[in-house]
Amino acid sequence: MSRIARFLGGAAPVALRATPPRYFGPDERAVRRGLGGLAFLLASVLASGVAAQATGDLGLVVERASGALLVVDQSERAALGRIEGLGDLSHASLVYSPDERFAYVFGRDGGLTKVDILERRIVARVMQAGNSIGGAISDDGRYVAVSNYEPGGVRVFDADTLAPVADIPTGGKTIGLVDIPGTRFVFSLWDQGETWIADLSGKAPQITKITGMGENPYDALVTGDGRTYIAGLFGADHLTALDLWQDPPQPKPILPGYAEGRAGLPVYKMPHLEGWALAGTDFALPAMGQHEVLWVDARSLEESGRTAVYGQPVFAMARPDGRQVWVNFAHPLNDTIQVIDTLSKQVIHEFKPGPGVLHMEFTPRGHEVWLSVRDAGRVMVYDTETFEKLREIEADSPSGIFFTARAHKTGL
Amino acid sequence: MNRLALLLALLGAPAWAEPDAQALARLVHQDCGSCHGLSLKGGLGPDIRAVSLGHHDRESLQAVILDGIPGTPMPPWRPLLSAAEAAWIADYLLKGEDE
Ligand code: HEC
Repeated sequence: MSRIARFLGGAAPVALRATPPRYFGPDERAVRRGLGGLAFLLASVLASGVAAQATGDLGLVVERASGALLVVDQSERAALGRIEGLGDLSHASLVYSPDERFAYVFGRDGGLTKVDILERRIVARVMQAGNSIGGAISDDGRYVAVSNYEPGGVRVFDADTLAPVADIPTGGKTIGLVDIPGTRFVFSLWDQGETWIADLSGKAPQITKITGMGENPYDALVTGDGRTYIAGLFGADHLTALDLWQDPPQPKPILPGYAEGRAGLPVYKMPHLEGWALAGTDFALPAMGQHEVLWVDARSLEESGRTAVYGQPVFAMARPDGRQVWVNFAHPLNDTIQVIDTLSKQVIHEFKPGPGVLHMEFTPRGHEVWLSVRDAGRVMVYDTETFEKLREIEADSPSGIFFTARAHKTGL
Repeated sequence: MNRLALLLALLGAPAWAEPDAQALARLVHQDCGSCHGLSLKGGLGPDIRAVSLGHHDRESLQAVILDGIPGTPMPPWRPLLSAAEAAWIADYLLKGEDE
């Protein structure tokens, strides 16, 4: 860093932002205006202004209707700017490069877009399929894999250039694509009820096929250690787990008959399974077609409880420390959040952030949670201990929220 | 009005009430869209834009919407939508109008 930068100390990186964060108090704003002048000077001294911006507490919010990403700062609780032109972002998700500078965005329209968070621009973009559902980045950061509905299968790209590296046709829709250690990806086949492991550590991908996962897997998760893969099934009354440390892994039904004897409700939105399931010593999982969160002992994979909730859960996400599980719900009950205490498995808090609560993202240590409230056009930030609302940030039909800390987690 | 309140109101609405076009168009893109894609080009569920619905007419579409397709993820919307609203959505899909 230059002498001037050192002279400015900790304030310099903040002042270097191209757009000042919103929601500063008047005093702070005046200070920042002052610094802005200095920053301008400084920017011309430094070869590149962006070099001084750290990305560790940044994030991206998907604005699904307008095909844009809102760049946000988790510590400032503020929007910093926008990256536009990403196409159809309904159901879009993204992953981060290991250096937390780039994000790979998986659009519904089959677009794979690499964006630079610092320069706030698109670096590369390929239309890799007709219709895609999500993706993952390999542990070494070299490969980005995309799971496709149309024409199906999984495609793998070079993370630097987005040049195609491997094409893995499966003859149908693929779901639940995650990364695991060893430069491997795991995903499941909706039509065939199989899970495949693709090992990309060698020259050509090595595929291990596991049959008998159950009818119509709709989504899956892997635990943070990359060991347990759990697939939710649309066509069966259980979930299926794989111990990926076994060779080959054997499908094990978990929560068999969890809805037995009870009519399944119409499912207006498929639940999501994400790598935030571990809460204490149990996994918390959303039930399909029931107003329930299901608990499974993480070691034995035996059922360890059920929590009756307000509606059909979409996400059941453990706070990073595991002490609470936050749940949102399917249409038409998607204005409500419930918080479950992990020890008692009781709902300890319920509130209505607004219409269309689509997604939640915890700060890396879980002291705050960001909620996207689509129909209110707002992202709302809450304290997870007091449940106090700390801020509202304007966003255009916000859906997924992704903090850069995900870069260092397996399976997100 | 928020959508939950709206849907609850619709549930109790008398049969002769005019469907709320704006709310229904929104429901098609946002909520049908969670399976069929925001622009209805397909996702877990198939493409349901007008060009792909040649094998349907208003009545068959209305029936699919109200009763779903058993054994598939296409859910029955009868608990949330009236017959008039389902017919409105059928027309809307066949016309291929966009928001
Ligand atoms: C939970 C997911 C889901 C939701 C939500 C959903 N659908 Fe579907 N839909 C499907 C699936 C899957 C199919 C294909 C079923 C099959 O295999 O035949 C389908 C099929 C259809 C078809 C038949 C298409 C054809 O070519 O015959 C129509 C029409 C349709 N859906 C309309 C709608 C409308 C309108 C809505 C909203 C009111 C809606 N769907 C909401 C999953 C969904």
